[in-house]
Amino acid sequence: MTELATRPAARSIDARGSFCPGPLMELIRGIRESEPGTVLTVLSSDSGSRIDIPKWVEKAGHRLVGVEARDGYDEIVVEKTH
Amino acid sequence: MRRILILGGGVGGTLTANLLVRKLRRRIRSGEVAVTVVDQTGEHTYQPGFMYIAMGGERAENLHRPERGLLDPLVQLVIGEVARVDEHTSTVFLADGQPLGYDYLVLATGSRIVPEAIEHFDSEAQHFYTAEAAAKLREALDAFDGGRIVIGIAGMPYKCPPAPLEVAFLIESELRHRRLRERSELHFCSPIGRAFTIESVSEMATPILERKGIDLHTFFNVESIDPERKIVASLEGEELPYDLLILVPPHKGQQFLMDSGLAPEPGGWLPTDRATLQVGGRTHVFAIGDATDLPLSKAGSTAHFEAPVVTERIVASIEGRALDPRRGDYLGKVMCFFEIGDGKGTLLQFDYEHPPRPPKPNQLWHLGKIVFNKTYWHTVPKGRV
Repeated sequence: MTELATRPAARSIDARGSFCPGPLMELIRGIRESEPGTVLTVLSSDSGSRIDIPKWVEKAGHRLVGVEARDGYDEIVVEKTH
Repeated sequence: MRRILILGGGVGGTLTANLLVRKLRRRIRSGEVAVTVVDQTGEHTYQPGFMYIAMGGERAENLHRPERGLLDPLVQLVIGEVARVDEHTSTVFLADGQPLGYDYLVLATGSRIVPEAIEHFDSEAQHFYTAEAAAKLREALDAFDGGRIVIGIAGMPYKCPPAPLEVAFLIESELRHRRLRERSELHFCSPIGRAFTIESVSEMATPILERKGIDLHTFFNVESIDPERKIVASLEGEELPYDLLILVPPHKGQQFLMDSGLAPEPGGWLPTDRATLQVGGRTHVFAIGDATDLPLSKAGSTAHFEAPVVTERIVASIEGRALDPRRGDYLGKVMCFFEIGDGKGTLLQFDYEHPPRPPKPNQLWHLGKIVFNKTYWHTVPKGRV
């Protein structure tokens, strides 16, 4: 079982139906409002998110827990590390 | 009587009112229909002109006119601040308590800037989102004699997405002409992973940034400003020192929309259907322009192309007929000019299905923008283009 499947998300952001950069901006808002250690899950139907969000997570120094394709959308899980 | 109430006397509200009169003139004259615009100031402001106060010698007094003069005489104008919308009684209440009932409600309430959301923004950062701020930026540029200029975006979404890039290009051009370019650094900060949200525009703009020697910093979401060290810091951990800081302030929708349960906190953008422009599934409430949550430019052009859709939907409902399929759905059309500097510009034209394919920048598109700015009062609000 993957880490993504077993780890509970503390906060879920449903950005399905929103277009780039909407899902990334929603994640950034979530990160700003969360404590370090929080795990955030972003649901995005915009295919650009699976590229943009991991790039942003790397630059911002947080941790990408995983990216999973679901039925018509992607589930991207991020841990706020600092 | 069927009462059409339009909140906001900007591009969208004014044009919608005038188009409704054009279609419903007989019914308005007979007292069967009333069209009312509510505007906070009674002054219509041409906001795209603000950038030219800072960059092109425009004067604030040329950028506003009385709303009354732009509206058809059959439109009623109420000047007042909206306090809340009571959906149960279909009534809008003004701050002075005046109730205005409606059968159709058009929310053309725009967006507002909230620079206070970032500490030290007001004292440290320049911007061009009001006439006063743009005049202050002009003064700061006049006093600038070399150093580091940082241009960035302190919150998304914001009005006129190309504007910060345009300002970067125009300032670079100005510094060259003033022989200050050698003594200056220009930095452009984008909150996302490229220079502009739309990929094709980013592909056009990025080589121009490189050619002009403007450093691009991606994923730069403004987090704080340190006035003592003169440093702007990003959420991503980057710090940029500045001598002149120019930031697009954060934007929000109107507070009364959140207070009335029409728009969610904290942004206040109205949940709007991308085709029908109805708000949250309500059949008789529409949103246009900056106030919506649509993934489109917050720009007068968007409102300009949305107004005919709302007009057709309201008119078809009043006339009891089927929607004209060519006019009843919004397809996401937006068109705007884009300044490159050195007297050149290009054109961004797109819709939901077709991204912009900007033509090679030339003088014609720059002149097109200048002519559009000068003729705006006689064209757009009156439905002539």
